[in-house]
Amino acid sequence: MLEKMIFGRYIPGNSFVHRLDPRAKLSFVFLFIIAVFLANTAMTYAILVGFTLLVIFSSRIRLYFLINGLKPILFLIIFTLLMHLFFTKGGVLLFEWKFIKVYEEGLRQGIFISIRFLVLVLMTSVLTLTTSPISITDGMEDLLGPFKRFKLPVHELALMMSISLRFIPTLMDETDKIVKAQLARGSDISTGSIKQRIRAVIPLLVPLFVSAFKRAEDLAVAMEVRGYRGGEGRTRYRQLKWHWRDTMVMALFVVLVAILLLLRG
Amino acid sequence: MKEILSMDNVSYSYRVGDEESKRAVDGVSFTLHDGEWIAIVGHNGSGKSTLAKLMIGLLFPDEGDVNIFIEKLTEDNLWEKRSQMGIVFQNPDNQFVGSTVQDDVAFALENNGVPFEEMLHRVYDSLAQVNMSDFLDHEPHHLSGGQKQRVAIAGALALHPRLLIMDEATSMLDPQGRDEVIRVVENLRCKKGLTVISITHDLEEALLANRIIVMNKGQVLAVGTPKEIFLRGVELKTIGLNLPFALRVSGLLRKFGMELEGEHMTEEELVNELWTSHFSK
Repeated sequence: MLEKMIFGRYIPGNSFVHRLDPRAKLSFVFLFIIAVFLANTAMTYAILVGFTLLVIFSSRIRLYFLINGLKPILFLIIFTLLMHLFFTKGGVLLFEWKFIKVYEEGLRQGIFISIRFLVLVLMTSVLTLTTSPISITDGMEDLLGPFKRFKLPVHELALMMSISLRFIPTLMDETDKIVKAQLARGSDISTGSIKQRIRAVIPLLVPLFVSAFKRAEDLAVAMEVRGYRGGEGRTRYRQLKWHWRDTMVMALFVVLVAILLLLRG
Repeated sequence: MKEILSMDNVSYSYRVGDEESKRAVDGVSFTLHDGEWIAIVGHNGSGKSTLAKLMIGLLFPDEGDVNIFIEKLTEDNLWEKRSQMGIVFQNPDNQFVGSTVQDDVAFALENNGVPFEEMLHRVYDSLAQVNMSDFLDHEPHHLSGGQKQRVAIAGALALHPRLLIMDEATSMLDPQGRDEVIRVVENLRCKKGLTVISITHDLEEALLANRIIVMNKGQVLAVGTPKEIFLRGVELKTIGLNLPFALRVSGLLRKFGMELEGEHMTEEELVNELWTSHFSK
């Protein structure tokens, strides 16, 4: 059940967006998040939305997955929209009922902020949907490379991340087994009050932690014996290749920013 | 024949309390030559796993020397020696470092600073040797135990080792996975002359070795060819080892008064004797 959730996040494919270098995608999304804050008029927001739709279209991801990804934050979007509607004052009074007053400025701000939210979430979803977790890790390691000079353990962080990702399914299987073993002994985790349910989770967590530590120890021994001595003098099997299309995407970002700067009020 | 590994009167004790210590390995000596396959057998707590740790320098002996490629294993040459041998451990999941098959095979190569182009060759090459070429991009949780162990062997082979140590590598596998792994190792030994040490409590696996070393209470109880060792049937039973199936059956048949000639190491030998047993009479 949980496996679906995690692997639903990356959808293998061969679209233009899929084939982009993870470094290009990561830096693009990072810069895009900043650039979104340049928009402040209807026209600039329209451009952002248009651009996001273009990206979604070229990634050939089915809308179903994106909408699924939006569900958890839908509440947040509606909440901010309402907050702005009720509490931002300014402009013409549009609507009044008892103590609720909706002003033109409130409506405008509410819609803009919601669009901003939506665009950000959609863009980051496209990133994770089209890039495998391991590519994201590789891309991060490479992009953070310069920070090694400031004693940031970039290689170690990347290795930690990739090992965690690799062990998620293993530990999921284990959890499944432990749940079944405890159910067979009469434990009940799906009924009862919240307090009872939380108490029922403890016999699941303890064996899971014990075995995770055992695994960690085994893995450390296996790594040491296979010659792991940290990042020094290590070569890399996964090579990232920067193509012309990656340069093009970065150029596209410059164009986007230029247009936003021109049109912003 | 060239010497690959030798233990010279090696002893090791685990510290249990402040003053107390438990002797796990006690005065063990043996020599392993190029191209040999030896099996170290013994029940749990016989010191065979400690022996494995001493071989790969996870532990250093209290007394005696461990020599690898005719040189004493020390803290200084540890990494160099490790890069020339491969080890496969018991749990298939807990030694899989990479996120896909090819990443895992490349892990030891990355650690040893092998250049990228060379790595590609070696990864493909060693996966072909264990018949796992079709699984390059598979993730570990989509593989069976036997497949994972074969990947682990490939990871060891990629370093072009002179010695392969299997520390209970088949004990967590189902019979089919066990057969897959044993067949691969046997094949490698025949074709490439790889030197193998397999540490096991499975005497069927030990049958394939040239020599068997039986461990009990940290000491070497017996050394010899599989035939020589299994002739001491009862003795093995008393230290908690199970004889191979064919030997047990022929033993029982004898007990019930059937006349059998010779000793039967494998089921095939036993079956051959049984179906021809009335021909001559």
